[in-house]
Amino acid sequence: MHTSKFTRALIQIVLVLFLSVRLIQSVSAETPEEKGLAIAVEADKRDQGFADYTAKMLMILRNKQGQESKREIRSKTLEVVGDGDKSLSIFDTPRDVKGTAFLTFTHKVGDDEQWLFLPALKRVKRINSRNKSGSFMGSEFSYEDIASQEIEKYSYKYLKDEKVAGHNCFVSERYPVDKKNSGYSRQVVWLDKDQYRVWQVKYFDRKNSHLKTLTVKGYQQYAGKHWRADEMQMVNHQSGKSTILKFNDYKFKTGLKESDFNKNSLKRAR
Amino acid sequence: MQETGDRSQKTESSEQWAKNVRRCLLRLWLPLLIILVPLSAHGYEFSGELSMEGRFFLGPSAYSEQESQYGSIAIKPEFYHQFESGSSVLFTPFARLDSSDDERTHWDIREASYLHLADQWEITIGISKVFWGATEFVHLVDIINQTDLVESLDDEEKLGQPMAHLSVPRDWGTVDAFVLPWFRERTYPGKHGRLRTPLVVDTEQARYESESGQQHTDFALRYSNTFWDADVGIYQFLGTSRKPTMELGRRGETPVLIPFYQQISQTGLDLQMVAGSWLLKGEAYYRSGQGTSHAATTFGFEYTFVGIIESSMDLGLIGEYVYNDDTDDNVVTPYNNDIMAGVRLAVNDAAGSQLLTGIINDMELSSTFVSVEASRRIGDKFKLALDATLFIDIDENEPAYSLRDDDLVKLELVYYY
Repeated sequence: MHTSKFTRALIQIVLVLFLSVRLIQSVSAETPEEKGLAIAVEADKRDQGFADYTAKMLMILRNKQGQESKREIRSKTLEVVGDGDKSLSIFDTPRDVKGTAFLTFTHKVGDDEQWLFLPALKRVKRINSRNKSGSFMGSEFSYEDIASQEIEKYSYKYLKDEKVAGHNCFVSERYPVDKKNSGYSRQVVWLDKDQYRVWQVKYFDRKNSHLKTLTVKGYQQYAGKHWRADEMQMVNHQSGKSTILKFNDYKFKTGLKESDFNKNSLKRAR
Repeated sequence: MQETGDRSQKTESSEQWAKNVRRCLLRLWLPLLIILVPLSAHGYEFSGELSMEGRFFLGPSAYSEQESQYGSIAIKPEFYHQFESGSSVLFTPFARLDSSDDERTHWDIREASYLHLADQWEITIGISKVFWGATEFVHLVDIINQTDLVESLDDEEKLGQPMAHLSVPRDWGTVDAFVLPWFRERTYPGKHGRLRTPLVVDTEQARYESESGQQHTDFALRYSNTFWDADVGIYQFLGTSRKPTMELGRRGETPVLIPFYQQISQTGLDLQMVAGSWLLKGEAYYRSGQGTSHAATTFGFEYTFVGIIESSMDLGLIGEYVYNDDTDDNVVTPYNNDIMAGVRLAVNDAAGSQLLTGIINDMELSSTFVSVEASRRIGDKFKLALDATLFIDIDENEPAYSLRDDDLVKLELVYYY
């Protein structure tokens, strides 16, 4: 009886030891790629459930000489469970493009769908979303920079920990899956460890030279969960131009529906 | 003799100008101001555009009444209000004052409509504008609104159309139903205007096949949907043809052309499709009731190079073809068997500078038509546009033969407020 009890206890100890060793092994064996992906997944998870939001954006374009030009844009975004978000952006200024609107259906896999409404002709035009490296309305942001950043659009690699703007950050590289059409070979992203918010992104062009840097400021929490920035600055190191986006009037869970994101709603967006 | 002729022409045109000013002010602007100033004070959104334009014709005029330089101003205010429910009202009048062409001096209500938004459908009642189509050069299937031809040759300026328009978007596509209770006549340049037929079109004598004339009620039904990467629309239109056939007539002693508007049935199809890095576009219609039944089609592609020559400029290449099998002589279309090529340059600078160049070549006749459109913003509220239109080697069998000497440069400054 004693022997068998002892044997059983021994077996249990060995099992526990074995399992914990395996567990430690598996943790330490997490590759930089797995860790990079895990960070992106966690960041995405923390913003899930926003349902929808609206916001106003002021876009300030600055050229090498420091001359400024402004654009005002309103946007509506709908969370789509299981696929990329849907969004509608409407231009208020400059006045000659007032009422111009973009409707975008992002997809986790494959090309996004995009339409443009031109108010003077009342015309809806399909846009080829593969031209994602093109400038968004003359700014230093390209279509792929302002599009919904779905996890599946990149592969990842964790690099190191680093402090940026007073925040302890994970530094990861991400590589566009659609290598042929992206304007980038890679992006380096700084996300803080507390809340998984993006503070800085460095963009490297297809020749792998440093093209742009995005700096994010002034995060505020909305609906008790979702962090959104007050300001983003994109500096193009090659052209000397920069674009600042200032956000305000964020409203979450406003009750937007699928039917607020179709071609009819695009035509009457204004 | 020549000198006296010139002088009398000038006096005539300045009298015309004064008359036009008076006409515009009295008919449109005073009543408008009286109605709209109090409205805008009650939280209505007020915006609009004011434009100044100079048109310079490069060649001597083909007809003695024509000028070589024309100046004009146009105004298009817009009043808009959205209610809590999402429903809205919109009012957009338009007026142009031309230095010489009596017919180009005109006004119109581009929009005066109420949009009612319900959960499952929406309805627009009043004067409104609807565009159907996909291609860049020729707009074949666009039919709801009448073309305001005195404004431009490209079929893109339209007159406001009275309508009741019900739109029902569903998972399986969108159905749009139209009742169009009043017909708008196409505008044509007057005898002092350029870009016209040898005989002036006398719009006041317009004739109709239908006994109800301009009061004939037209109908249209359209189904549209997105299938994978393609946006497709198909429609049936029953009513008065937007484009008339021309008949010879007289005004006093002067021979003129008289527009004759027939009843037609038109089935139309339009398609825009993403195919890899390409955009494919197509339009087609089948029309009966106007001479022999006939079909027409136009289709083509657009391909964009992004960030050319290490800059942020985008360069788009456009190729299109148009074919019309209408063999009747009285329904004239310049686009019977033509090929088109275009280049679109978007500079992507703060001024939004753009350049669009196009060439249309008739494959049967030698005729070639070239168009250049350049524009840029000046500050936040002004836009400068320079357009050039050239008619090269126009064959005398071409319907556009009378435009052969009308090569034109147009400079326009628009102020947005």
